[in-house]
Amino acid sequence: MTIDLTDTTSGKIAAALVQARLKSGSPTTGAVLTLVVATEERHHYDALKAAGQAAREHPARIIVVIERPEIARTRLDAEVRVGDERGPGEVIVLRLYGELSSHADAVVLPLLLPDVPVVTWWPDAGPEVPSADPLGAFAQRRITDAAEYHKPMDKLKARAFGYQPGDTDLAWTRLTPWRSMLAAALDQYPRKIVSASVSGEEGNPSARVLAVWLRQRLGVTVTRTADEGPGITGVHLVTESGPISLTRPDGELATLSVPGQPDRPVALKRRETAELIAEELRRLDPDDVYSRLLAEIDVPFTEPLKVAGPTVEAAAKEAAKLGEPAPVAVAAEDAQTALDALETRDAHHSKPDGEI
Amino acid sequence: MSGYSAKAKQDDDDDRFTASITHQMLDAIEHEGSDVANPLRDPQDRRLPRIAGPCGLVIFGVTGDLSRKKLMPAIYDLANRGLLPPGFALVGFARRDWEDQDFAQVVYESVKEHARTPFRDEVWKQLAEGFRFVSGEFGDPAAFEQLKNTIDELDRLRGTNGNHAFYLSVPPKFFPGVVQQLKESGLSDGGPDAWRRVVIEKPFGHDLASAKELNEVVGNVFPPKSVFRIDHYLGKETVQNILALRFANEMFEPIWNRNYVDHVQITMAEDIGIGGRAGYYDGIGAARDVIQNHLLQLMALTAMEEPGSFDADSIFTEKVKVLSAVQLPENLAAHTVHGQYTAGWQGGEKVIGFLEEDGIAPASNTDTYAAIKLEVDTRRWAGVPFYLRTGKRLGRRVTEIAVVFQRAPHLPFTATMTEELGQNALVIRVQPDEGVTVRFGSKVPGTSMEVRDVSMDFQYGEAFTESSPEAYERLILDVLLGDAPLFPRREEVELGWRILDPISAFWAEHCTPAQYPSGTWGPKEADEMLERDGRVWRRP
Repeated sequence: MTIDLTDTTSGKIAAALVQARLKSGSPTTGAVLTLVVATEERHHYDALKAAGQAAREHPARIIVVIERPEIARTRLDAEVRVGDERGPGEVIVLRLYGELSSHADAVVLPLLLPDVPVVTWWPDAGPEVPSADPLGAFAQRRITDAAEYHKPMDKLKARAFGYQPGDTDLAWTRLTPWRSMLAAALDQYPRKIVSASVSGEEGNPSARVLAVWLRQRLGVTVTRTADEGPGITGVHLVTESGPISLTRPDGELATLSVPGQPDRPVALKRRETAELIAEELRRLDPDDVYSRLLAEIDVPFTEPLKVAGPTVEAAAKEAAKLGEPAPVAVAAEDAQTALDALETRDAHHSKPDGEI
Repeated sequence: MSGYSAKAKQDDDDDRFTASITHQMLDAIEHEGSDVANPLRDPQDRRLPRIAGPCGLVIFGVTGDLSRKKLMPAIYDLANRGLLPPGFALVGFARRDWEDQDFAQVVYESVKEHARTPFRDEVWKQLAEGFRFVSGEFGDPAAFEQLKNTIDELDRLRGTNGNHAFYLSVPPKFFPGVVQQLKESGLSDGGPDAWRRVVIEKPFGHDLASAKELNEVVGNVFPPKSVFRIDHYLGKETVQNILALRFANEMFEPIWNRNYVDHVQITMAEDIGIGGRAGYYDGIGAARDVIQNHLLQLMALTAMEEPGSFDADSIFTEKVKVLSAVQLPENLAAHTVHGQYTAGWQGGEKVIGFLEEDGIAPASNTDTYAAIKLEVDTRRWAGVPFYLRTGKRLGRRVTEIAVVFQRAPHLPFTATMTEELGQNALVIRVQPDEGVTVRFGSKVPGTSMEVRDVSMDFQYGEAFTESSPEAYERLILDVLLGDAPLFPRREEVELGWRILDPISAFWAEHCTPAQYPSGTWGPKEADEMLERDGRVWRRP
């Protein structure tokens, strides 16, 4: 059932919710959290769809906040949905016009469910310091997505600077399948890693986050190659007896190769936003691993980024900003050969980044 | 309330997770040629799931219903969730004259129809390369030789590293043959660096003697920690939630004892008849089929003391303590009932009685309904009866545990005010409509003081069930990981028979089954059984 409220207040919205619940015959709510989605008009449909799917695993009251400062007259409009076929829980879509758009917290606060945790998600570029945002201040968990901004590294750096426990970013969430497969590969083939390399789409923040994570956990030199993606295309962990490689050229089916063992196919599909949000909602306590990683996000890599494409100039600017060596261009087909050569070299003299 | 339980569930997950990290780290440390723990594993990193190591699963009786409806879809769902190792192999063994492709086609159809998660091509590709089929009789040494070759080949081509689980989805009469062949063909022992496990399904015998015999047969070939007995009830989220509800909360445990609890009712009702299972069911009956395993397990989880930790040994110890403390009523005639359904109208459909079913002897004494009263002789439960009942063709399909509390010792109301007030109850709904209901008295709105029962409901359900894993997914993953807390052990199975055998013997000698019309809640004798104690069955 959908109820439209025009020129309304939080109190009227809350009353409408209680009414709607009574009418549908379920006077208690089974929600385990409140999910606040701070988005723009053009993204709200997709965001709401993803949030609704995530709510199938974690029943939630979903509050979508759309700020419309460009409309002069101050007004609050709301759409209230209860017992939707889309999923359980309740959905409130708020549109804040005019001056009200800078006071979203005042509208949302009375609508938060008692006691249960609050999660705020920014599906768009999002604020630089999520915990300082009015809609982030009351949340136990704040989900951003650096990949939504045209200069993702700037956002990640700013967020690393303003990090508060409870912050998390989908650039990190996207890595879970890669990380678990790599960890499982090392469980099965426990050898000392002498160097590592990551290749992925140019400018993809997850590729860098993965490289930072590997550098942090393994303490070895990590080389990076920028290619055309999609997303992350491969990780090589070099051991004395050869590389453990996980490569995914097509964004769906990956291949795991381990020295002396047959190659194995691994389904490693890029996940939908709904799955990422569901993963984030599974644990609402601070992610300490992420916080440690974020602290080192702008520590420069010692090896130049290898760019397999025509965009070296853009990558050079980025590298200069981070204090990293200038990227080198390699032909796409040479990238793998160069990598192999490097792996052989690294197998002999490994030099951890920490030494610089 | 819902938030509370959801949190509890999360805590439960955490425990499992910590345990698995240790497990995997130990594995890593023990692994040949290595003296380092995996640097990519961090105990604080709780996003990384448990992925089984390289391994394969061999299913005997792969053409059966269970295999097609539950096992194959569960394997696909596990792969889809990224929990199976790369290179996982699935080998089917049956009497059909199939090639690998035919088998793959059967798995494909079963996955398409029954899998819980959406079908994805890349997941299918990952799995499909590891499908093999071995055709043969369960007693044929040549077929097992063929199986051995297939497994060796998989180790070579797919890197399963010699780790294989054998799932015996076959009637128990074939167990000895299959297990013996596994031993003789050298399949039961993978060498020092590999594991071999065997998975068996109920029934684990039909009485104590046959259960012991079966345990001997399996135990001669596989060590106890390599034998996994599937009781799919224990893989259900709601059943695991019993432990979370009891031990992660402060508000239930203090009253979870004889001082406050009047009695406990554990019900598993089915609306279906015996269907095509006459061959298996006749001579076995409801009590042996359901009470001996599922209901006694539910009872053990409800009644047990707090385990020292959530590992397999601690939970097992507590369950065994409860099961050993179970006392049968002295007068079995007064406190147990067995019955058979007769023709009737089941939910608007005309159905035939048990004795008229195909394959059932007209004079069969097999029970399709059983209700028993048990007591647990411990300080916590002395004097609190546990009523266990199960039946086919009952009102509707439901499994629940109802903890019924005593009446308030004093009511500052007049009798007319509390006429409609019953006893407080906490009901754990296991299936369907998973959740928890709490029943308590509340004032009826109006000018006079009148108290009536109301229910407060926590739906585990409408949302969680859709995304929460099937019991078989959890159990198969645990087999591959070698994690055993959710599998009943030999001692539990034997204790179950020790409890049930005297009752079965009494029924066989002294009484004929009571009759009840299909679609009702059992024979009137069962109602009388509770009436003697001054109680009534809850309508589930």
